[in-house]
Amino acid sequence: MTTTTIDEAVTSGQPTVAETETERKPIERVSIICSKGTLDMAYPGLVMANGARMMGIEAMVFFTFWGLDIITEKKIDSLHVATVGNPSMPMPTMVGGLPGMEAMASKMMKKQMDDLEIPPVREFIEILSDSGAELYACRMAMDMFKLEEKDLVPQVDEVLTVMDFYDKSAGAQIIFI
Amino acid sequence: MPVVDYAGQSIEVNEEGFLMDSSQWTPEVAEAIAKEIGINELTDQHWKVITFCREDAAKQGTPPGLRRISKNSGVNMKDLYQLFPKGPGKLAAMVSGLPKPQGCI
Repeated sequence: MTTTTIDEAVTSGQPTVAETETERKPIERVSIICSKGTLDMAYPGLVMANGARMMGIEAMVFFTFWGLDIITEKKIDSLHVATVGNPSMPMPTMVGGLPGMEAMASKMMKKQMDDLEIPPVREFIEILSDSGAELYACRMAMDMFKLEEKDLVPQVDEVLTVMDFYDKSAGAQIIFI
Repeated sequence: MPVVDYAGQSIEVNEEGFLMDSSQWTPEVAEAIAKEIGINELTDQHWKVITFCREDAAKQGTPPGLRRISKNSGVNMKDLYQLFPKGPGKLAAMVSGLPKPQGCI
């Protein structure tokens, strides 16, 4: 490996270490897509959006498909952990399918989260809204699931089409969950 | 580690600007840090947050996360974001002379 001085690198047009570091601009806006409605898949998006706001990064969350459950009034308090079809679940699939298993696993997860001071989903949505994060629902998924705006929690700012979503995501890093 | 001059005192901070030794903190230091992060004047509301953060950290041994601050300091989440628009998660602890909070909430 050959070494070059900063001067040589500048004249040869090669990026210097200093230059590469200044090119790594801080993130200014994130756009997070929540497409899953299980408890374990609801939290990652909420935690990441909230974490962004805590450090002054703008955040928007777009709830689509089963992710709509996270902001649906009737479902928000009863999201479940999937015990079947979840390879990370430490139990055989057949056991996971037994009656009451999913409810038990969900209860355990909620208890653990409570111990760690992680808020329940409804409170998390309130925190996000208070933090200035923008919360959007997907038009197409709403139509598919026959949901209306009145079925959603009041913190939702707007229902968006996919084209609106891209408009609102201008300048943002998009994260799909 | 960089050493900065806050309110006439030489104070060691880490690369992110958090005080290395929280016992060097004084209210004047808080004012100086606040200016550094774009808050021109610390209001009574700011002081409510700072006092809570310092007292809680002394008891718990670790700086409080944002949810804990909003639940216990008497300043709600919405107001915390007004007070520290560039990110209350980091900045409340920084102005209070505490290390960066390790929690994710």
